[in-house]
Amino acid sequence: MALNKEMTAAEVVATLSNGMTLGVGGWGPRRKPMALIREILRSDLHDLTVVAYGGPEIGMLCAAGKVKKLVYGFVSLDKIPVEPWFRKAREAGGLEVSELDEGLLQWGLRAAAMRLPYLPTRVGLGTDVTTINPGFKTVTSPYDDGEVLLAMPAVKLDVALLHADAADHWGNTRLYSPDPFFDDLFARAAGRSYVSCERLYERLDLVASDTAKASLYERNLVAGVVHAPLGAHPTSCAPNYGWDMAHFKDYAAAAREDEGWARYCAQYLSGDEAAYQAAVGGADAIASLELPVL
Amino acid sequence: MTEATQATLAEMLIVACAEAWRGDGEVLATGIGTVPRIAAGLAKLTHTPELMMTDGEAYLVEEPAPLGERASGFAGYMPYSRVFDLLWRGQRHAMVTPVQVDRWGQCNISVIGEFAKPKVQMLGVRGFPGNSINHANSMFLPNHGPRVLVEGEVDLVGSVGYKEERWPPGVKRDFVDLRQVITNLCIMDFNGPAKALRVISLHPGVSFDAVQAATGFPLVQAEELATTPLPSAEQLEIIARLDPGNWRSYVIKDNPPALREAA
Repeated sequence: MALNKEMTAAEVVATLSNGMTLGVGGWGPRRKPMALIREILRSDLHDLTVVAYGGPEIGMLCAAGKVKKLVYGFVSLDKIPVEPWFRKAREAGGLEVSELDEGLLQWGLRAAAMRLPYLPTRVGLGTDVTTINPGFKTVTSPYDDGEVLLAMPAVKLDVALLHADAADHWGNTRLYSPDPFFDDLFARAAGRSYVSCERLYERLDLVASDTAKASLYERNLVAGVVHAPLGAHPTSCAPNYGWDMAHFKDYAAAAREDEGWARYCAQYLSGDEAAYQAAVGGADAIASLELPVL
Repeated sequence: MTEATQATLAEMLIVACAEAWRGDGEVLATGIGTVPRIAAGLAKLTHTPELMMTDGEAYLVEEPAPLGERASGFAGYMPYSRVFDLLWRGQRHAMVTPVQVDRWGQCNISVIGEFAKPKVQMLGVRGFPGNSINHANSMFLPNHGPRVLVEGEVDLVGSVGYKEERWPPGVKRDFVDLRQVITNLCIMDFNGPAKALRVISLHPGVSFDAVQAATGFPLVQAEELATTPLPSAEQLEIIARLDPGNWRSYVIKDNPPALREAA
């Protein structure tokens, strides 16, 4: 009896509930599971805690009023250094946030991945990281050094949402981007993960056996796979396609308009994923977006 | 007129920034922003070839990639997970451009105003806390002024410095290593009394008093105050090769010459 974890984006979102903690893979404007995020934007989910090396998914979920709390290493569109809707939400006040050093977020995810309550580190001590995260505590090394260290609490996720180049019905995946970022840690820190993918196969061992080293987390972490070609748009999905900076500029301009989010939704999010792709110029245009030179 | 006297201020600053990495050996040199990135490449191609650097994405290169161009070949692999592995061991020297720096060397790139409701939300602390408590750091400040080098403490302390009250008992700060601060007016280090910022070199045509007037707190003056050297023709040639699009001309307003009298 073969496993088949294929789901639609709507079926994935139907498994989520209000108040959940969601981790999102990728890094800034790179390889975000945007097709899944767009499905959340279309849903009535709310009061989410979102954990990410954030990009447009954070800004969009904030703009749509889905977010109760953010846990982030940063929220950036790279060439637009501060994500515009995140900035707007922050400057309006009232958003609960845990701003972390990038490595500290990795450490919190790792603690959760290893089912530990915390991991010790020096990172954050001597700075306002401990001021703006007033719950953080220190521990004293029980060994002769007696060093005082920050006990970075585990960042446990209910669900991780990830995007991959390829996946199969069993939940095996491939990441071909130069940097896989921390998708593996997000998967391990989560109770379950859903992976959208550019290409979906029945069995990766039959079609991509030679790239098994690009499988960075096990299929028993993956509860569902969603075939979502070009589903990272407007973020990049190296080596397949680059980010859509023209789209990001329009999205950023909307943040400066009265009723800008309503305008963005009406223009891009009023239909399904096919309608979205048509609205942003069509699949061929997305597929031919050039990879940025960094 | 020699080539060197036609050098721009930005080019002179690139040479000055490159000096910050001199003799560092096999550490990862990370220059963030146009001038620090060109400077790291210049350091590797001239006085410190042992330096390691990335293509700006995920690979180590031995030939620094010119700005706006892809690297010619990859020597090793350095995704972000390995950057953290490496930097927590301390084998890195970064050069960054904070928005605010205080007299203790603490830096802010997170927010202006109150954290709970920022007047301006900036980048967040990003990697500053981990970088600053683990490895060497230098700064490039293209707009030396009292809003950058602030009178009091920075609005949000993102990177550690030498302020006693910030350090709880038992916390290890042996790895804190603030090196140089290169501004559009001068070069400073933290070798003043009690790690105070100390001016060690003035750029041509700049007085210590002018530097002090542009700084929100008292500076120490080195006993032997140098004048920042102009780039050599060889250095200018390498800089041009590393920055074929002349992005460096946009770093300082109006792209002034290094010799201000020549303006």
